Amino acid sequence: MAALRGAAGRTFATDGELETYVDSLGLAVSGTFGGHSPCVEIVTGGSDFVLCDLGTGVRPFGQSVIARHGGAPQTFHVFMSHVHWDHIMGFPFFAPAYRPGNRIRIYGAHAELETALRRQQEPPSFPVDFSALGATIEFMRLEPDRDYEIAGLNVRLMLQRHAGDSYGYRFTAAHKTVIYTTDSEHTLTDLTESQRFVDFFRDADLVVFDAMYSLADSISVKADWGHSSNLVGVELCQMAGARHLCLFHHEPVHGDETIARVLAETQRYEELARPDQTRPLRVSAAYDGMEIVL
Amino acid sequence: MEFSSRRLADVVVAAPAGQIDHPNAMKLQRALTPIVDEAAAGKNPLVLDFTGVEYISSMGLRVLMVAARQMKSGNAPVAIAGLQPEVAEIFEIARFRFVVDVFPTVRDALVALSAPAAAAYGASRT
Repeated sequence: MAALRGAAGRTFATDGELETYVDSLGLAVSGTFGGHSPCVEIVTGGSDFVLCDLGTGVRPFGQSVIARHGGAPQTFHVFMSHVHWDHIMGFPFFAPAYRPGNRIRIYGAHAELETALRRQQEPPSFPVDFSALGATIEFMRLEPDRDYEIAGLNVRLMLQRHAGDSYGYRFTAAHKTVIYTTDSEHTLTDLTESQRFVDFFRDADLVVFDAMYSLADSISVKADWGHSSNLVGVELCQMAGARHLCLFHHEPVHGDETIARVLAETQRYEELARPDQTRPLRVSAAYDGMEIVL
Repeated sequence: MEFSSRRLADVVVAAPAGQIDHPNAMKLQRALTPIVDEAAAGKNPLVLDFTGVEYISSMGLRVLMVAARQMKSGNAPVAIAGLQPEVAEIFEIARFRFVVDVFPTVRDALVALSAPAAAAYGASRT
């Protein structure tokens, strides 16, 4: 409706003019933030694929890999924040898992990682058992607060507050650092807790941050629900000297307009909270298919 | 951050001032705790005079949340007054308008909470 109202009285002589108009509308009007559950790819420049979590986003990712590379064998490295359903539910629909010759290495700190992925493919939940998957699938247990070298990346995990625990990841390669920190609650009860995250985020080029709730909700009616807010994301990134905050794990009841409004408010809070003499923190909101070049 | 408080009839008016960032939030909590304990126990209204507050972080807002919940659980009224425009923006972004009643001025808050305190405030300003 907003797009049609905005177009009233205008003329578009070429497709280019039409595309320019559509681009001017903003994502909440011209498209959608989408609704896939968490799956983030980190493109390293190497031949292997690197992913964070196996939410529903892994299905279109798998299709795109097949479209680009056909049936050639591929290796996938998957780093799991935790094994709650929204973070594993895409795997049964990940087509490369069905192809012999492919290799999938799934890393995480949870002892029940393999069990969780196998169980969701048992009857009556799914018709194809995990054992029928054609790819070679390996599970690799990692420990927090240790450095690993995997797929050309330096990888470090950090324990986060979430039911059943979750883990944030710090990936570094070629002097670029990405933080993946989702399903992580910040209680704001002591400075030590905040400092632990500031140290983990230090000088990151990109922080993918759980900003599911408003601050008021996260510390009142939704305290102990295991998620954080946009305000806390801004503050931790500013204290850490990070360059780009990407709001992630949007509240499912929020529509596109609400997410766009939260993004605009977060960008304004970044201005209000920014210490003097410090560079601006870029703030964006994740959407399906988003690409960020570091 | 600076902090002062005064009593007007049955109301305590607490007035932090300056930047309530993370370190100062801990100072605010220490200053506010005994005042909230006493006001909640006595069911006396509390007004937080934010006229001099320039910024408040998430940790500072949490201190306010805890204070407001303690007051409400004790059936003691609580209000915030005199938000500067930028602090009012932060309250809106954090969705704090649902947490505690906000009034434009201390006088407005006192009129709403206690006639004797409003009268005492008026007398103190003349």
